[in-house]
Amino acid sequence: MTDLLNLVDWSRAQFALTAMYHWLFVPLTIGLSLIVALMETIYVRTGNVKWKNITKFWMTLFGINFACGVATGIILEFEFGTNWSNYSWFVGDIFGAPLAIEGIVAFFMEATFVAVMFFGWNKVSRGFHLASSWLTAIGVSLSALWILVANAWMQSPVGMTFDPAQMRNVMTDFWAVALNPVAINKFLHAVFSGWALAGAFVVAVSCWLLWRRSNIEAMRRSLAIGAWVGAIGLLLTMWTGHGSAVQVARVQPMKLAAMEGLYNGGNGAPLVGVGILRSSDEIAAGGDPMLWSVEIPHGLSLMLDMNTTGYVPGINDIIAGKARGADGTEITTESYAERMVAGAEAKAYLARYNTARANGDSTAAAAYADSVAANFRYFGYGYLDSPEAAVPPVHLTFYSFHIMVAGGALLMLVFLAFILVYWRRRQMLEKPWLHIAGILSLALVYIVSQAGWIVAEVGRQPWVIQDLMPTGAAVSDVPVSSVQTTFWIFAVIFTGLLVAEASIMVKFINSSAKKNIETQN
Amino acid sequence: MNLPRSVKAVYSLYADGFRSMTVGRKLWALIIIKLIILFAILKVFFFPDILSINYSNDAERADAVRNELTGR
Repeated sequence: MTDLLNLVDWSRAQFALTAMYHWLFVPLTIGLSLIVALMETIYVRTGNVKWKNITKFWMTLFGINFACGVATGIILEFEFGTNWSNYSWFVGDIFGAPLAIEGIVAFFMEATFVAVMFFGWNKVSRGFHLASSWLTAIGVSLSALWILVANAWMQSPVGMTFDPAQMRNVMTDFWAVALNPVAINKFLHAVFSGWALAGAFVVAVSCWLLWRRSNIEAMRRSLAIGAWVGAIGLLLTMWTGHGSAVQVARVQPMKLAAMEGLYNGGNGAPLVGVGILRSSDEIAAGGDPMLWSVEIPHGLSLMLDMNTTGYVPGINDIIAGKARGADGTEITTESYAERMVAGAEAKAYLARYNTARANGDSTAAAAYADSVAANFRYFGYGYLDSPEAAVPPVHLTFYSFHIMVAGGALLMLVFLAFILVYWRRRQMLEKPWLHIAGILSLALVYIVSQAGWIVAEVGRQPWVIQDLMPTGAAVSDVPVSSVQTTFWIFAVIFTGLLVAEASIMVKFINSSAKKNIETQN
Repeated sequence: MNLPRSVKAVYSLYADGFRSMTVGRKLWALIIIKLIILFAILKVFFFPDILSINYSNDAERADAVRNELTGR
């Protein structure tokens, strides 16, 4: 058991490392492609060649980031086959289909139109070039859609049936998978957060060059667009974040309880604005889980139901079998202990199915397959040692969630401040402290962005597929030492590549400080 | 052989584009190094697809996963 936990931890750590590295590039690609398309649209509409050159500057930065991010997601697929082979097989074509579509979309749309974007200036018409820039932006977002469809299925599995003969889930309804409300919300949330991240990137780079008193007019214009895109992106991220919380309350109530550090729920549950949780041992011993907190009374119920008295179950309530009904009232469902019994039965029936199949007893096999199906809903609980094993790491989820929310709010203030300064107090754009605030917003937006994914992925633990497969069952039977070895190989290679990639970007930005961007070309 | 004008135009778009790259040359070098590390080293030596290399057909793979998931 210790070895298995060790193996699961190292496999998860490796996956987290690669996913977080991948997510450094993806949101910037999504958002910067939009900003470049917007800038080029201004150029085409006004005919002002300065905008063409500003567009080219940001397009080069987009290209550097795009190239740095190429193939970083492939590593995750390698890990599926090696470290998570049980999971890879179990999900069947449900995961494969969206990823295949993503590969085709990414290759044809991005490869074609990105080439026109970079090589097509003076070779194709203005209109065709502009269309290519917009299609690149759309293609990048569509790629994200299919990845997030696959991810959303893991959080809320729909549109499939389990076939014990194939030992995998078989897709029965493609549209239920593709139009899963969790997927749609997750997609919009990720894309809009990419706009906010790219907005902060443009603000930060503009502030860096303004600080160096370089390309002042071009950077002021860029800064205004970055701040507007960032503010609109962040506003939409907040809106979809609310939608996400509503979805989480519906399909992953345990994650919501962990996000809020809510152990004992009830009607009119408060929303924690800021807080410090007690240690796990102190919480287990009883008493108030919060050492200190500032709460909005009834805030959580209000957020979920637009009603101050709605019921929100806490961690202990969910384990005991309490849940929210569709109308926000308290209902009773299966306790985790009962789910563990159902899961263990499904697992036992699957073992009997296996034996009957090996003995050629097709009648018994069919009967056991039916019994597996009857209990399959809670299949994953059969692997848990105790109901508490289904509780995610609460502290990490809680703090990540609140860092994301607080950081997002601070970022909104930064964007609004820059918009205000640009339109009303433009002379303030010479102030170094404002430049420093803009530069620091880049670090802030990356912290917020990564924290968001930590909430999404750590908050759903122990499930790799919600209720159906915990990480302990998903992991391959490989030596821990091999996962540890590849973890460190990745850590070294990724760090090296990240340094090389960042240095190319910084070098380009600094070299631009010595030129007049608006009169290039 | 005479290539259609559209094919020539596409060819020259890419050929001229690659020739006139500045920052792009470094990026392509980085991409190629990265792909070599990923596919020629990591994938080959460190990331085998366990079920594909250990079992010859899908039925065997299904049996293997069933045994794994009922044995844990």
